[in-house]
Amino acid sequence: MADGALPVLDVKNLKTVFRTRAGDIHAVNSVSFDLKPGELLGVVGESGSGKSVTMMSLLRLLPMPPAEILQGQVMLGGRDLLTTGEDDLRAVRGREVGFIFQDPMTSLNPVFTVGFQIMEPLRRHMGMTRAQARRRAAELLQLVGIPDAERRLKDYPHQFSGGMRQRVMIAIALACDPQVLIADEPTTALDVTIQAQILELVKELRQKLGMAIIWITHDLGVIAGIADRVMVMYGGQVVEHGPVREIFRNPAHPYTRALLQTVPKVHGDRDDKLRVIEGQPPIMVTVPTACPFRDRCAHAFDRCARENPARREIAPGHDVACHWDHHEAAT
Amino acid sequence: MTAPRRNLVEVSDLKLHFPVYGGLLRRQVGNVKAVDGVSFDIIEGETLGLVGESGCGKSTCGRAVLRLYELSGGAVRIDGEDIATLSQEQLRRKRPTMQMVFQDPQASLNPRMTVAAIIGEPLDEHTDWSRARKLERIYELMDAVGLNRDFANRYPHAFSGGQRQRIGIARALALNPKFIVCDEPIAALDVSIQAQVVNLLEELQERFGLTYLFISHDLGMVRHIADRVAVMYLGRIVELAPVSALYDTPLHPYTQALLSAVPEPDPWTETRKERIVLKGDVPSPSNPPQGCNFCTRCPRVMDICRRIDPPYREHAPGHFAACHLLDETRTDQPKDGARPEQDQPHIHQGEDA
Ligand SMILES: Nc1ncnc2c1ncn2[C@@H]1O[C@H](COP(=O)(O)OP(=O)(O)O)[C@@H](O)[C@H]1O
Ligand SMILES: Nc1ncnc2c1ncn2[C@@H]1O[C@H](COP(=O)(O)OP(=O)(O)O)[C@@H](O)[C@H]1O
Ligand SMILES: [Mg+2]
Ligand SMILES: [Mg+2]
Repeated sequence: MADGALPVLDVKNLKTVFRTRAGDIHAVNSVSFDLKPGELLGVVGESGSGKSVTMMSLLRLLPMPPAEILQGQVMLGGRDLLTTGEDDLRAVRGREVGFIFQDPMTSLNPVFTVGFQIMEPLRRHMGMTRAQARRRAAELLQLVGIPDAERRLKDYPHQFSGGMRQRVMIAIALACDPQVLIADEPTTALDVTIQAQILELVKELRQKLGMAIIWITHDLGVIAGIADRVMVMYGGQVVEHGPVREIFRNPAHPYTRALLQTVPKVHGDRDDKLRVIEGQPPIMVTVPTACPFRDRCAHAFDRCARENPARREIAPGHDVACHWDHHEAAT
Repeated sequence: MTAPRRNLVEVSDLKLHFPVYGGLLRRQVGNVKAVDGVSFDIIEGETLGLVGESGCGKSTCGRAVLRLYELSGGAVRIDGEDIATLSQEQLRRKRPTMQMVFQDPQASLNPRMTVAAIIGEPLDEHTDWSRARKLERIYELMDAVGLNRDFANRYPHAFSGGQRQRIGIARALALNPKFIVCDEPIAALDVSIQAQVVNLLEELQERFGLTYLFISHDLGMVRHIADRVAVMYLGRIVELAPVSALYDTPLHPYTQALLSAVPEPDPWTETRKERIVLKGDVPSPSNPPQGCNFCTRCPRVMDICRRIDPPYREHAPGHFAACHLLDETRTDQPKDGARPEQDQPHIHQGEDA
């Protein structure tokens, strides 16, 4: 997490568009970010803000067509994943970069045992023998806190509860000791009690294994507990980014500020009236030439309709894409 | 302001068991005890929150209270009438007063009907009004829930999730109900849209004097909207209290764990907090454990908990809970003025998952 450390992953000006029958959808619009060794980058934003498409673009996991990556650079281990060959990319997926998706039921194959699904990448990427892979698979299940690991390798996904399936997904993602782990809303479908178990597990695994993590969620509470840095997305672009405490203490973008105010708290004072963000998140049918948040923004002025704001640094490591000067706000 | 508080809904020892069939002859081999003896009242004009992990029986309870299922036991009095014993015709006549709003606005709206037809459907069924009068009422409802009248002839797919939920709410309001069961009405919506829908529900409650049973797994939202909250675990209510008492001084170890599991949008407290992490999953409702239902996961389980089901008792005015820990401290304390919640040491130790 040292500030000077070279990033393990460096993404520049990524643009992804979907060419659909009804027209183009500009899902990702010039997104840039990096990931330092061992750090956890939290990515937040409402559904449709481009979080998943951004991460899928990195490894070219999108169906193309309709998806098309128009521009960008994704540097990992000295090469650009957007120009590297398909074979090389296959080696990266699951080996150097592990993926966990929201719904483990759709990402685990129901007809194969859990053991087979953990062993498969070990044999493919790491060249392990059956016996080696089996031993490692049992170790991994144990690592993610599944009791009776050896025996459970023979079970099928439906024989596990939701929380346990998500642990299996984590075990698969960690199988080949990736440098980078991308987790896309991995706890959204789970109960808070099970989510708490998974979050504890991730904290523990980070200490043990030290990989860098990208954690996508719409839950600011989750981010507060585990992230080092936060990236807020809206309309397919990064609208604010900075160290976690800075984002929570000094949110600068009206969208970030509003998001923080709409979350009703379980502890502390109870709010009388919930703050709302009127309107809805946009679907980007054109390349944005104006601020995508302006229709819902309490501070919008004429410039916001004329010019899509660029990201500007307002404190060390803290940048925002907004024309409004948040220091104007009294609070 | 202090009008007499009247119970609009009175639920006593409600049971809803689903039969489980098995074996070659598909004979009944057991029961899913989805709701297994719950009792609560809802005061006219209030919101009772119902929370708990998925599968604990919240939806089944909400449906049973409206007699969308035939009850396996117990009584549900709505406005003084036990709906468990009503005939189908009597029930039909009672229906307009009690309605439901569902979680998934997509699935609960017929995609082939226009918005006007969806909202007007209960009017077709329960009134003999003229077309014009119905249309007038439909417009009135669309205004009330913040839908543009111009969209009356569109189909549900043309609307966003938040707008579809408004359609569902308008339909529920069509017949001027007194009581609405809201089953996870915001779970499928985006965070910013959730607040819009919750504010709408609150506004409508005030305007029409509605009484809500608000089912949700979102403890923050329930704290905001509810007057009192019931916590369910494996078919039972383990704790019920006014909202401030439940969140500030939870008595039951399950409620304490549930609240402690909710991540707070605050990096300072979040990184320091000692969380109570419950081990394992909820047991199956077809085979609940002996003794207390929570004994297999309770961080403070005692011997007695594995043998005897703890009684559900009032421990402070309006604050009910079922836990042996509370009964123990209670017998040690002088009866007058003892506040059980002060005697309850909160758990600060995190349990390893
Ligand atoms: N296969 C697809 N075809 C067309 N549009 C898509 C497809 N997948 C995603 N999109 C669009 O791209 C935008 C960003 O989506 P996504 O990255 O999934 O959002 P998030 O993960 O932030 O919820 C949305 O407008 C979505 O509708
Ligand atoms: N129609 C049904 N038939 C059999 N079992 C059911 C049925 N509906 C719900 N259940 C079971 O009853 C229990 C409670 O379910 P539910 O009321 O939906 O819980 P919640 O709403 O709290 O998630 C679960 O174990 C569920 O599987
Ligand atoms: Mg997504
Ligand atoms: Mg439910």
